[in-house]
Order: sequence, then C-alpha cells, then structure tokens
Amino acid sequence: MYVILVGGGKVGRGAAHDLIQMGHEVCVVERDGNTAWSLNNELGEVALLGDGAEIHVQRAAGMNRADVVVACTGRDQVNLAVAQTAQTRFNVPKVIARINDPRNERIFRSLGFLNTISATTAIVSAIEQEVSAGLSRLTQLRSSAFVLAELVIPQVAPAVGCQVRDLNLPPHTVLALIVRDDDEPEIPGPNTMIQSGDIVIAVTQPQHESGLRAALTGEA
Amino acid sequence: MRVVIMGCGRLGSTLAQELDREGHQVTVIDVDAGAFNWLDEDFRGSTIVGAGEDVEVQQAAGVPRAEVFLALANGDNRNAMAVQVAKHIHNAPRVVARIYDPERADVYRQLGINVVNPTTILDQMVREAAFGEDESNRAAT
Repeated sequence: MYVILVGGGKVGRGAAHDLIQMGHEVCVVERDGNTAWSLNNELGEVALLGDGAEIHVQRAAGMNRADVVVACTGRDQVNLAVAQTAQTRFNVPKVIARINDPRNERIFRSLGFLNTISATTAIVSAIEQEVSAGLSRLTQLRSSAFVLAELVIPQVAPAVGCQVRDLNLPPHTVLALIVRDDDEPEIPGPNTMIQSGDIVIAVTQPQHESGLRAALTGEA
Repeated sequence: MRVVIMGCGRLGSTLAQELDREGHQVTVIDVDAGAFNWLDEDFRGSTIVGAGEDVEVQQAAGVPRAEVFLALANGDNRNAMAVQVAKHIHNAPRVVARIYDPERADVYRQLGINVVNPTTILDQMVREAAFGEDESNRAAT
C-alpha cells in the first residue's frame, strides 16, 4: 500500500519506520528542512520537503494514488485540513488523523473523522489503568458508547469459584471471552466457572468499568 | 447582531470597528493580546485572548449565542477549523472564513463553508487596474 504521512516528528518517523519494515511504500511530508534531512538519512529517501496542508505539495506527494493518508503533525488545525483535503480533493480511501488536544475529538468526530488517534487520551487512560489496577481498557469500540476491557482474576476474589450467572455484573456489561493458560479461549456461558488467573475480556461502558472491576476482582 | 471575529489584524480590527460603529455587538478573539492595539480607544466591543479555533475559547467569546462568526486570522488551517467548530459544535448560523489558498478555498466551499479568497479577488482587481475592465475579462477567459 502507498501511505503518506504528513508530519515527520516522533509519530510520523516511528510510523514510517514500521510501515517500511512491513513492506509498504511510504512518503513523509515534512516542512522543516533539518527534520526532513534526518528522516532521509535514517530511513532512505522517504521525505518530501513542504507544507503538507498545501494542495500543490499533496499533489507532488502523489496523494491521488495514496491508499492511506495519516495526518500526524503536532497541530490539530493542520491535521484537520490535511484530512479534509485528502478526503474531499483526492478521494483517499483511508484517512487517519492524529488529535493532540483531546477536546478537539468532538469536532473531528462531528465532521465524520472516526479514524483518529489521540496520544494524550491514550496516555491518560494508561495512567488511569496503572492507578486503578485490575482492569485495562483495550479500546473504545468505534463510534459507540462501549469499551473493550481486560481483567485478570486475582488469587483471591469474590468471583473465584462463581458461575457467570451469579456474578453481580453492572448494567450494559457482557463477558465476551475467557482465556486460560494451556486452554482454548472460551466464550463464557451462564454456567462458566470463574477461576483465579483467568483473563476475562468484557464489553462495558466507561461509567461501569469500576462496577465490573469490583464484581470480578473485588477491587473498588 | 452579535458578531464574533477571530483575528485582530488589519482586516479583523477594521471590520470590528465598523460593525461596532454600526451598532452591532462585537467580540474579537486573538492569540496575541498585542493585536488589540489595532483597535481604537472608542471601540466598545469586547476582546478575548486565545486560540479562536478552540471550542472553549469560542464558548467564552459567546459564539453559541452569536449570529455571525468570522475567521479572519492569518492561517488558512486555523480559519478553516475555527468556522467548522463554530458551525458544527456551537451551531453558529452564519460563518465566513478567509482562505488565502484558492485551491483550498474550493475544498471548503465544497464542504458548505462560506469562503472569501483574497487571492482571486486581488488577482482580478490587479488585472483591472493594469489592463482595464474589458482587457482583464478577456485575459481571464
């Protein structure tokens, strides 16, 4: 696939490195000369020097034949402009936008950009997970109020030895999968017994995460 | 009418003062507090320091209650994002963006935004000044 990354900072460089390793054709549009130069030094001739929000630069990068455009500069107004021109002007099939300020997620979503990546949100939720051990949010399910969460059942917990039907699960919550050592992953039914060491994958809503954690691990 | 103007440069400040004198209720946003020096002392509107594309800055500037939002800052990307925040988040009924790049101006028109493109306007005016109205029209076609 041909992937154009607009923005050659830490995110763009890291993505370019991995995508090249995976065998994709990559172009990084970068407006800073020194950054572009070091990208070329490190990764081969991948950088195109220019303002990636300018249509003539996008044309020079071959955006009309790009399969994926990733707008990953450090400025949200640039990322929005890149995403909108890629979609409207060049009909790029897949457009991914980086959001720097989580408050801007709303505007990207309301303009139809659901493929967004927010490092700030990811870091904040990683910190929350470390603080509230026991449950890790794996992902927000696309354009819905639900999240996918992973829980590890500790040695001692109220759920150990209980059947799924007897668990005191919060509303809007379903246990989707149980993974055990040396065993096939299992879709739990009402009679499935929870054991310590089980990895449970559940679908829930953010406001019910703490209730789910309490029901399975006993941690408040 | 309640009008919020983003960008207090030459154009933003001129328009803000005109509208203020005409009796409109004007609020001007700029990232640089020094930009408000463009406004005369008799300007009665309000000023807010902040990024005009920021949802919360727009809230503070009263965009949700404004009839008109004008994005007249210097960056095309900033102006484009600001009018879309005003339109889609704060439901501003009338928004206008200054977009310098003629090609990007077309993209935003396609997306339903009122765009003023100084480059094409000046292009035409320079032609008329240089060649006269008839000649410039012929040159344009």
